[in-house]
Amino acid sequence: MSTSQKPVLDVRDLNISYSQGDERPTVVHGVSFTVEPGEVVALVGESGSGKTSTAQAVIGLLAENGRVESGSILLNGEDISRWSARRLRSIRGAVVSLVPQDPGSSLNPVLTIGAQVREILEIHGRLDRREADRKVIELLANVGLSQPELRIRQYPHELSGGMKQRVLIAIAIALRPALIIADEPTSALDVTVQRRILDLIDDLRREHGTSVLLVTHDLGVAADRSDRIIVLQGGRIQEQGRTVDVLASPQSAYTRKLLSDAPSLAAAKPRPPVEPGRPAALTISNLVQDFSLPTAKNFRAVDNISFSVARGTTHAVVGESGSGKTTTIRSIAGFQKPTSGEIRIGDLDVASLRSEALRQFRRKVQLVYQNPWASLDPRQTVQAIVEEPLLNFDPLPRAEREARVRAIIERVGLPATVLSRLPHALSGGQRQRVAIARALVLEPEVVVLDEAVSALDVTVQAQILDLLAELQRDLGLTYVFVSHDLAVVRQIADTVSVLHNGRQVDYGTVEDVFSSASTAYTRELIDAIPGQKFPRAELSRQP
Amino acid sequence: MTRYVIGRIGQALLVLWAAFTLSFILLQAMPGDAVLIKFLNPEFGLSADQVAEIRAAYAVDSSVVVQYGHTLVNFLQGDFGYSLQAGVPVSAQLATNLPPTLKLAGLGFLAATLLAVFIAFLSSMAPFAWLRNAIQSLPSLFISVPVFWLAIMLIQIFSFRFRLVSVINPGPWESLVLPVATLAVPIAAPLAQILIRNIDEIRTRPFVAVARAKGASETRLLWRHVARNAILPTLTIAGVLFGELIAGAVVTETVFGLNGIGGLTEKAVGNQDLSVLQAVVVISAAAFVTINLAVDLAYPLLDPRLRTGQGAAA
Repeated sequence: MSTSQKPVLDVRDLNISYSQGDERPTVVHGVSFTVEPGEVVALVGESGSGKTSTAQAVIGLLAENGRVESGSILLNGEDISRWSARRLRSIRGAVVSLVPQDPGSSLNPVLTIGAQVREILEIHGRLDRREADRKVIELLANVGLSQPELRIRQYPHELSGGMKQRVLIAIAIALRPALIIADEPTSALDVTVQRRILDLIDDLRREHGTSVLLVTHDLGVAADRSDRIIVLQGGRIQEQGRTVDVLASPQSAYTRKLLSDAPSLAAAKPRPPVEPGRPAALTISNLVQDFSLPTAKNFRAVDNISFSVARGTTHAVVGESGSGKTTTIRSIAGFQKPTSGEIRIGDLDVASLRSEALRQFRRKVQLVYQNPWASLDPRQTVQAIVEEPLLNFDPLPRAEREARVRAIIERVGLPATVLSRLPHALSGGQRQRVAIARALVLEPEVVVLDEAVSALDVTVQAQILDLLAELQRDLGLTYVFVSHDLAVVRQIADTVSVLHNGRQVDYGTVEDVFSSASTAYTRELIDAIPGQKFPRAELSRQP
Repeated sequence: MTRYVIGRIGQALLVLWAAFTLSFILLQAMPGDAVLIKFLNPEFGLSADQVAEIRAAYAVDSSVVVQYGHTLVNFLQGDFGYSLQAGVPVSAQLATNLPPTLKLAGLGFLAATLLAVFIAFLSSMAPFAWLRNAIQSLPSLFISVPVFWLAIMLIQIFSFRFRLVSVINPGPWESLVLPVATLAVPIAAPLAQILIRNIDEIRTRPFVAVARAKGASETRLLWRHVARNAILPTLTIAGVLFGELIAGAVVTETVFGLNGIGGLTEKAVGNQDLSVLQAVVVISAAAFVTINLAVDLAYPLLDPRLRTGQGAAA
């Protein structure tokens, strides 16, 4: 290539601000970096680090209230940061293209797949309809979609998440751009699908010699897939360098913290084995859960699952979407009657409970949900949120109730000043602490954690995982930990069930399952954990 | 899919029947009846016995249940009974009064839709924030204007001041211009508001960003990606607003002196002409139900997600 000496992308001293009411805070401060031809550069950071704003500026897609204040963005040597909208349109898709974050909402629901892939050819090309159709089918085949002739007539809702992301990749590579911006391209996908999609991007990149700017919060993904890493925090570059160098000997304290908090990169610290003879807090035997469908025969969401969780231990339920995880925990919480099988909490048979007894039972099993933004009522103060379960179950005098709420809020590591605040005034980690406090205020026997740390940044995630471990140690809590993230599971659980299409394909202690998984599926799940290319032994951990 | 269609049609019929029954009960609950009002008039000089005889002849003295069954069977056969006041079959009155109203309502609805789409697109394409805000405040202004006042102002301005539209012996289409405008403005307002909100919401969706990343122009984004998705929720509201249209037609016809269903209803209310009122209620309900049925059936055509019936399970 003749441009081999010139970087594809050269960002110099970039400053980006957003207007918020009368103010105009700067969110990206003096960011400079380059992307060489054929290179994969990872922009790594937590939410609010400015990684997405930086990437959006490169393709000219900043939100309406965002603005490039100063600095330059050189694409193939030309500064595009001051280009008009019309001029920018001519390079979008053709020279620089985008693989978006959430394939589920990134395709127009009312247009066919074929029309949406063809659109990029229509905008930039002069292909006639028949040629364009042939090219679309070729592209879809290229990204590994089966039956491309069928796909072009299908609508997005008829495709799975992984297939939709393949379609979006087909759009991104259609015109062989010099640079692809992949904005968290796999964070909404299951781990095995994630691996296949990242492999695909890798293959296509090698084939076409395209450069990739990979925006990700997942250090494991960055470690596996990038040549160079740029670590952003609060809109400033903390560190950049060759991936191997940054991971082996991080220069900034922040990078070191990120590395030690990332479950996929941290060395597994084995949990002390559970001494035998503990009584079971929760026993599930041969659980089957059918759902009736209006058209077909019954759908079996959970098929013959059995496990038992000793008091004071953590059992992880692992699986990809549609594996029956959620159905299983809904049955444990008594939200639905099992089609067959038995669920026992202590020595109580959940299925036998009716009305008031079932209501009283609910205090024994409490849930913490994935999304701390959606699971707290935005109009209730933290005080009201945490005391509501007490009002429902324990008629305590006001002073004592407030004391209990105050105690549990302190227990989860929040200052008492949050009690009078509304959820929107709290950070994601603080909100999840409130949700944990709400679950613990009734002193439940079993706490079900439904992807409770999946929506959090890694450093916050590490803090919440520490809190959960500490609470378990001090209060003897029993956890059922539902997760798609095997790296987290290895860190927090004692025993694990692996679910696949409603069946339990593996069950045992975490150590046994990780070291000698009995099925190919579990093996595949474990192998798909990102960050494995990285030599763990060399990792310098914080003291 | 067929189950969906059959279910919707069944629901529509049920609503019609309920409208018929409820209006029947309400009309019966009124004191007196049309026969008493007409024939107790001293001009006729009829004795109480004679009036009772006439009442018996019209079967207004039989039990409510018998009358209900009788009327329902007649309606099902398309026989709306006699207007006591005018002395002609109700169907004959409808034949003269329905077409002008249908024309007015149809054109009004069309004009309202065009106006709403025009305002919404104008606001989303406005290059300056102040212009955008000005356009977006139009709907609230439209909503606050009373129909009768608007009608009178339109006549004042366009007919008397500028003499653009003649109100004395106008041509068949000329006579419709101002009534249609009067009717369209208040209907267009909520439609435009909803359309603007939907367009703004759809614009923030990731698929619009993806289309922009393909290099699509603003016009292409708006027409191909935003509009089709924004129109879907608007359609439902359009169906509901049709009820507004019927109410608006009554006032509009009165102001412009049109001989339509509005005028007929007004007279029938004054005279307690129950068979006319019953027919008007059922026909309005039928129109309303038909429009909303059409909206429900159009939905799967516009949104492929509804075509497969139930989405993927679990």
